[in-house]
Amino acid sequence: MAKSPARAAQSDPQIPNRERPAEPQRYEASKEELLDFYKQMLLIRRFEEKAGQLYGLGLIGGFCHLYIGQEAVAVGLQSALEVGKDSVITGYRDHGHMLAYGIDPKVIMAELTGRAAGISKGKGGSMHMFSTEHKFYGGHGIVGAQVSLGAGLAFKHKYADDGGVCMAYFGDGAANQGQVYEAFNMAELWKLPIIFVIENNQYAMGTSVNRASSEDQLYKRGESFRIPGIQVDGMDVLACRGAAEEALAWVRGGKGPIILEMKTYRYRGHSMSDPAKYRSRDEVQAVRDKSDPIEAVKRELEALGVTEAELKPLEQEIRKVVGEAADFAENAPEPETGELYTEVLVETY
Amino acid sequence: MAIELKMPALSPTMEEGTLAKWLVKEGDTVKSGDILAEIETDKATMEFEAVDEGTIAKIAVAEGTDNVKVGTVIALLAEEGEDAGSVEAPAAAAKDDTPAPEASADAKKDDKVEDSAHPSQEKVDTGTRQLFEAASNEGDAAPEVPEGTEMVKQTVREALRDAMAEEMRSDDRVFVMGEEVAEYQGAYKVTQGLLDEFGSKRVIDTPITEYGFAGIGTGAAMGGLRPIVEFMTFNFAMQAIDHIINSAAKTNYMSGGQMRCPIVFRGPNGAASRVGAQHSQNYGPWYASVPGLIVIAPYDAADAKGLLKAAIRSEDPVVFLENELMYGRSFDVPKLDDFVLPIGKARVMRPGKDVTIVSYSIGVGVSLEAAEKLAGEGIDAEVIDLRTLRPLDTATVLKSLKKTNRMVVVEEGWPTCSIASEIVAVAMEQGFDDLDAPVLRVTNEDVPLPYAANLEKLALVDAAKVIEAVKKVTYKG
Repeated sequence: MAKSPARAAQSDPQIPNRERPAEPQRYEASKEELLDFYKQMLLIRRFEEKAGQLYGLGLIGGFCHLYIGQEAVAVGLQSALEVGKDSVITGYRDHGHMLAYGIDPKVIMAELTGRAAGISKGKGGSMHMFSTEHKFYGGHGIVGAQVSLGAGLAFKHKYADDGGVCMAYFGDGAANQGQVYEAFNMAELWKLPIIFVIENNQYAMGTSVNRASSEDQLYKRGESFRIPGIQVDGMDVLACRGAAEEALAWVRGGKGPIILEMKTYRYRGHSMSDPAKYRSRDEVQAVRDKSDPIEAVKRELEALGVTEAELKPLEQEIRKVVGEAADFAENAPEPETGELYTEVLVETY
Repeated sequence: MAIELKMPALSPTMEEGTLAKWLVKEGDTVKSGDILAEIETDKATMEFEAVDEGTIAKIAVAEGTDNVKVGTVIALLAEEGEDAGSVEAPAAAAKDDTPAPEASADAKKDDKVEDSAHPSQEKVDTGTRQLFEAASNEGDAAPEVPEGTEMVKQTVREALRDAMAEEMRSDDRVFVMGEEVAEYQGAYKVTQGLLDEFGSKRVIDTPITEYGFAGIGTGAAMGGLRPIVEFMTFNFAMQAIDHIINSAAKTNYMSGGQMRCPIVFRGPNGAASRVGAQHSQNYGPWYASVPGLIVIAPYDAADAKGLLKAAIRSEDPVVFLENELMYGRSFDVPKLDDFVLPIGKARVMRPGKDVTIVSYSIGVGVSLEAAEKLAGEGIDAEVIDLRTLRPLDTATVLKSLKKTNRMVVVEEGWPTCSIASEIVAVAMEQGFDDLDAPVLRVTNEDVPLPYAANLEKLALVDAAKVIEAVKKVTYKG
């Protein structure tokens, strides 16, 4: 069935006359900050490429969802958060958010290979990783679950009055789940400090946004709950950071939740087993050529006078870190068999 | 002929109440829909409305009278043309006939659960009424308290409320959320008074959105709080079961022990009276099959209190299955500052030597009733209340089996893949040498619970079925 034609502009619902966040400004990063963004994004890219490689070698099993193409979102947004104070929660495409929150690549990679040294002791795998120390709360395998759970984390921030904000990521696919709207309703009703981040990478597995969503402008999805939404260029790390600043000002100001729709793109398949029949190779290549978030930062750096030669050692350093993580993950022992029965419950009854 | 106005029932299990206030006096003319009086029970207050037009000829029960039996004539109404002065005073005692459905529940709050309790069913002989009657049986288990501890009579409802209030007083992280828990004082009045004491920050009314608030509660627990999530009934928790199982139960394991989820999901479970299949199901076996969960299903008020306190303190996610038919039942509760019971320990409710009857929740009442009748026939039954369904206290069950060599499992729930099935498996695997007869299950029939009173009665467990099974395993049938 064809999608109904776009409605005329005047038939769009009127924006109610209530306070709204200001239009975010692109963040003005210093050279050091920009270099740091570049480094973090490149770390995610190289890490994910390596994970893909290890998957191909059979060292990583099950589902493995790579973040390649979406790096600017996690890095731009989370650079505005305070690790250990603000909480982050996401779905199963979680490696990038963890790296952007400063979690050691070695324990992430070792989890992917199912080793005892993995961050979940090898019992979670790619989709189930957590670091309560960083206030990174997973890593959830059920599409949309992290949205209600994130509202719960925000509830805790408010209840304890700890000044923290929850950033809850979900995809364009999860944006159609019923519980997302249950969480929206209560989050606004109770003015919970939460930023709902919709990472719209255009495809829910193989289904494009406009084949699955009657309203494909996902930033509008909070309107009927009075939650304002902003659409952001998710391929531009400075736009992402600027949006985070605006969203944080809104949420920390006690004005309740806000939605950020990050328009982004994943280069790889939904998971490693994706046949990729739903989009053309040309489409992917065009995004890589024109909108790659890492290349964009590189151009910004060049404009600031940073030369290719200056970036080289940095790139080599990242390759080294990722290489070490992979070696560690390959060589670390598997969990002791006795671990099978531990941590089912906390207490003994 | 004057119309007799009778004491209405607010619920199928109500037997008596307080005639709190008359809003009319003798000689007043009333028409249909006028509020005549206010009736109170421990659970609710209801306005009593006129159905017919006429003149109040006689007020037979004064306001402020407690313990007015359902069906008692409380006033006489003279119809048009009838001389109100000549109407005779009614007989004092309640009549046995079914009271006319004169009362309608407070219409302004159209409670989806309480409305199911239609007053006219008060005296109808139903399966749930039998369960309710059986639920008054007290065992003679040795109390797990110091000798000489004072006991106070309390309803299960009050015991649950006190457990929450005590834990909320001692730990700021504990809060209650759910539908109608705050301003309405609880759909079943279990949270009565909590809002007044703890305020709206800690006693939180939610929208009707089980999946969402179960997720929020679970997330709050992951963040470090200790939520008590009330489901109006566990039937509605089906909407939220994803968070109970996928989020709450599994995360500790999946995170290698990093992410704890100390949450209590509680609410009524099992068959309620005449509410049909969608509101009458026992989810004990469902949750008890999930590693990572603690599942508790108490019988009496002391267990309700002591185990709920333990549940709130537990570092693990707990599913706490109450029973609506039990809420109004009173039992002895130890008067102690901090009465906490151990999770995962069954108890012998009634010692015996000929046969072991294993049950939990309201099934314990049925089992005790059966045991009492069996004693009259010379069969000495031991009754075990499992109390916790996960982890299951198999040691207590097996110890009893070793003594009696015969066992019947009683469960107000379906037979297939039930707790009863599990106990049978345990007996086979670990108690085979002690068995002198096959273990039998006495459960509800394997059908959705029907509405019709006669069919409902056929579908539910009762003492007669337990007695029949006991006679089979003791070869006395």
